[in-house]
Amino acid sequence: MNAADLVASICLVAGCFLCLTAGLGLVRFPDVLNRMHAATKPQVLGVLLVMTGAVIRLTGQPIVWMLVLVAVSQLITAPVSAHMVSRIAYRRRHVRRARLLVDELGTPPAPLPARPHPVHPEGAPDADEPADGPEADSRTTS
Amino acid sequence: MTARVSRLRHQLPLLVWLVVVWNLLWGTFSWANLLGGAAVALVVTTLLPLPAVEASGRFRPLAAMRFVGRFLVDLLISSVEVSWLAFRPGRHRSAIITVQLRTDSDLLLTVIAEALSLVPGSLVLDLDREHSVMAIHLVQVRDLEHVERQRANVLGMEDRVVRAFGSAEDIARLDEPGTQTPETEGTERMSQQ
Repeated sequence: MNAADLVASICLVAGCFLCLTAGLGLVRFPDVLNRMHAATKPQVLGVLLVMTGAVIRLTGQPIVWMLVLVAVSQLITAPVSAHMVSRIAYRRRHVRRARLLVDELGTPPAPLPARPHPVHPEGAPDADEPADGPEADSRTTS
Repeated sequence: MTARVSRLRHQLPLLVWLVVVWNLLWGTFSWANLLGGAAVALVVTTLLPLPAVEASGRFRPLAAMRFVGRFLVDLLISSVEVSWLAFRPGRHRSAIITVQLRTDSDLLLTVIAEALSLVPGSLVLDLDREHSVMAIHLVQVRDLEHVERQRANVLGMEDRVVRAFGSAEDIARLDEPGTQTPETEGTERMSQQ
């Protein structure tokens, strides 16, 4: 076992460990926004480390380039998907406000009660809003 | 004709990137892969056209290296921090802050948002494109001073990205003293609602 093997093993084990903590965070964190933190940071670095370890072990084989591609895709896509999920979670008020120290954004504005609504054939609300939101009542009464 | 030429110029980075991806997927660089990749890239960009990205076209290697280096260190720190939070018993407090950015470029804002989601404790929630105000969720904050430090971190990240990839105008905007402080911006937004 030479130095390269050692480095590769360390990378692989550390990467696997970070992916494990990402999974643990997904289970243990209190709300969607916190879970998305777990899904981006340790997850991305974990995959990068696993890829680094694999590249060291597989040097000289054509598959190495594919691993580079995996790493790049992970770096580009993980933040985007986390952003989309947390943005929707925020707008649908899946936020535990009691756990926030500071909240400068405030509650998202009620989704336009004044807007004339195209009436859904079945009478169901067509806007993207939570059924338990405070403006759900005003919608049904108007 | 000129419109087509300028369109091709805008598409060129995308075409090159697609050819590179094609070659990486095959695992070898060869003439066959290069030509095949070019054909696939042309078909893809013709069938699935994307809006042109207004790139400043500037790239400063030194500043970019500073950005990438700091980014990797930050990624390591934030991974360890979030891992520790996942293991640690007990609860932590989060925060949502709004930060007034000084950049007004789609591409730069995209890079900033991507990088911010990967560095310590921050996740981009929303972006008010018109005013360049970014809403950011901080995973763990200890006190108000910590919040301010994180806000400074966000502005520092913007600074590094703009100095690496921004045009001279963007950099000049960074040094303008007249930009609103984040605090007044936040209260103003609150009172508007």
